[in-house]
Amino acid sequence: MKIHEYQGKQIFKKYGVPVPRGIVVRSVDDAEKAAKELGTKVTVVKAQIHAGGRGKGGGVKIAKSPAEAKEHASKILGMMLKTLQTGPEGQKVQTLYVEEGLDIDKEFYLGVTLDRATSRITFMASTEGGVEIEEVAEKHPEKILREAVDPAVGFQAFQGRKLAYGLGLTGDSVNAFVKFCTALYRAYMETDAGLAEINPLVRLKDGSIVALDSKMTFDDNALYRQKEVVEMRDIAEEDEREAKAKEFDLAYISLHGNIGCMVNGAGLAMATMDTIKLVGGEPANFLDVGGGATKEKVTAAFKLILADPAVKAVLVNIFGGIMKCDVIAEGIVAAAKEVQLKIPLVVRLEGTNVELGKQILANSGLKITPADNLRQAAEKAVAALKS
Amino acid sequence: MSILVNAETRLVVQGITGSAGSFHAKQCMEYGTNLVAGVTPGKGGQKFEGKVPIFDTVEQAMKATGANASVVFVPPPFAADSIMEAADAKMPLVITITEGIPVNDMVKAKRFLQGTSTRLIGPNCPGVITPGGKCKIGIMPGHIHRPGRIGVVSRSGTLTYEAVFQITGLGLGQSTAVGIGGDPVNGTNFIDVLKLFNEDAETDAVIMIGEIGGSAEEEAAAWVQANFKKPIAGFIAGASAPPGKRMGHAGAIIAGGKGTAAEKVKAMSAAGYVMAASPSELGTTLVEAMKRKGMKV
Repeated sequence: MKIHEYQGKQIFKKYGVPVPRGIVVRSVDDAEKAAKELGTKVTVVKAQIHAGGRGKGGGVKIAKSPAEAKEHASKILGMMLKTLQTGPEGQKVQTLYVEEGLDIDKEFYLGVTLDRATSRITFMASTEGGVEIEEVAEKHPEKILREAVDPAVGFQAFQGRKLAYGLGLTGDSVNAFVKFCTALYRAYMETDAGLAEINPLVRLKDGSIVALDSKMTFDDNALYRQKEVVEMRDIAEEDEREAKAKEFDLAYISLHGNIGCMVNGAGLAMATMDTIKLVGGEPANFLDVGGGATKEKVTAAFKLILADPAVKAVLVNIFGGIMKCDVIAEGIVAAAKEVQLKIPLVVRLEGTNVELGKQILANSGLKITPADNLRQAAEKAVAALKS
Repeated sequence: MSILVNAETRLVVQGITGSAGSFHAKQCMEYGTNLVAGVTPGKGGQKFEGKVPIFDTVEQAMKATGANASVVFVPPPFAADSIMEAADAKMPLVITITEGIPVNDMVKAKRFLQGTSTRLIGPNCPGVITPGGKCKIGIMPGHIHRPGRIGVVSRSGTLTYEAVFQITGLGLGQSTAVGIGGDPVNGTNFIDVLKLFNEDAETDAVIMIGEIGGSAEEEAAAWVQANFKKPIAGFIAGASAPPGKRMGHAGAIIAGGKGTAAEKVKAMSAAGYVMAASPSELGTTLVEAMKRKGMKV
């Protein structure tokens, strides 16, 4: 789950990670008021969307007066902000964060996430702040400092010092940085984050260390115990169908093709998309109905797939393991009838009672194209688009 | 021989009274698995299916029955605790089926396992099966398997079934099929399983099925290039997946431009894997890999 920058900063503040003062606003007038209230010579008006690269897309502007803050707000609020991470259509800006301007001396990068190779939560720090960290990792991996945290003891002060000295910090900034990291680790662990990224982290002229930005994501598997985090969810920022899918416990990702997919198992679902592409088609979605492909789940899945107007054919690929193919076939038929499916449907079933399952599909009175294997199913789905 | 589990395996099911646990415990028994005990705190003294004794703790179950493997069906919030309980009881093999365990719980559990003699498989995996030993531990459909000499290792459940089904369809069979799971933090990795297959006299060839995300496949490929002696085929799911999206499995995500299918396929091909272009060709690609090494199939 993702949250906005200002929400990430609320979490930071709660755990003692220093952040600039700021005010959330949803109107142009309030932006001016907020700039006045902050009272600094310079304020920053920042678009709040669930995507990075906002500055480059024109979503972050510096204002030298409350009037200028208002002017910036009028341009940013409501705009379709396009960044490298939003996709070509952009994301509508509905919320702004007005923040005090600070006397910045130097910018850094700091990120905390799981290192899968070591199964440890790992701090990554770099003097190359403010730029794409992926680029730094690619071109100058030696410029990224790493400290893996032993979960048995948590983040240690010596690790903070190693990072601080590695970044070239001196004097009071070293201790400030150690405190910063210790607080950040607590925030990360106690909220079950998946990523806490600060780009840039800044040292001010007075030596203090502040999170100028915040990007936090959370482990979906742990949301059941993170009430406060769940309350920060902004559904307007999420894909409508993906949000709907979550209600039915379906794993769904919308893509840009026209062949809707329904598969059991994440690996097989990806492999199905791959095969559609391999034979010259474009998958409209990733959809894993899970192990129990019941009638209710299949119906919900059909509705999701068909809600995408781009979908012109549907491919169902189910490997009946514990669940028998005849039961799955009955589910597919009932669901297809309920949603009054009008576009071509290609079904590939495999597993226990597959012949019985195929018979049920054939006798259903519906126009269902059967397929014997995945490649054939993909080819038939692509062919169905052309007829 | 086979690997990990065989006819000698004495299984305890952790979470045996839950709906998934009881359903699959029964399926495993029907396949022929030697299910010796169940564990559900508070239900010690009861019997599962009228014959399998249930205990309050793993320690008690091991002491009373000599169990040497456990399978975890405990719900996600409590699963990491169950894994640690089994390790504390010195259970040699713990296979965790549970999907959706919080990552931080697994980070801690994995740290807890360090220095213990416990091997963890999973979580979020279909389990392990040795058809020749009539030993099925997990949720895979038993009937698609057949005793044989092909090793299967995979991050994905249903894709494992797909591979097994095709191998069986070609008249071959499996020595052991292992699902290592689709989570970012898991116990046993590809290399661990490949080492076992490499040394197993009853495994002639191996198929390894990976997916996007992380670098486990690249690491396995480097190890295979240096050490693996047997024919090996491979497949990577997710060539068409967009970056930044979690494709069902928590671990299946292309992050920061890393973990793409193209990189993995390249590394595996270079290491000597014969790669299947589509999941319909898992079986035939394996046969191709065997033929290239001069094996008669």
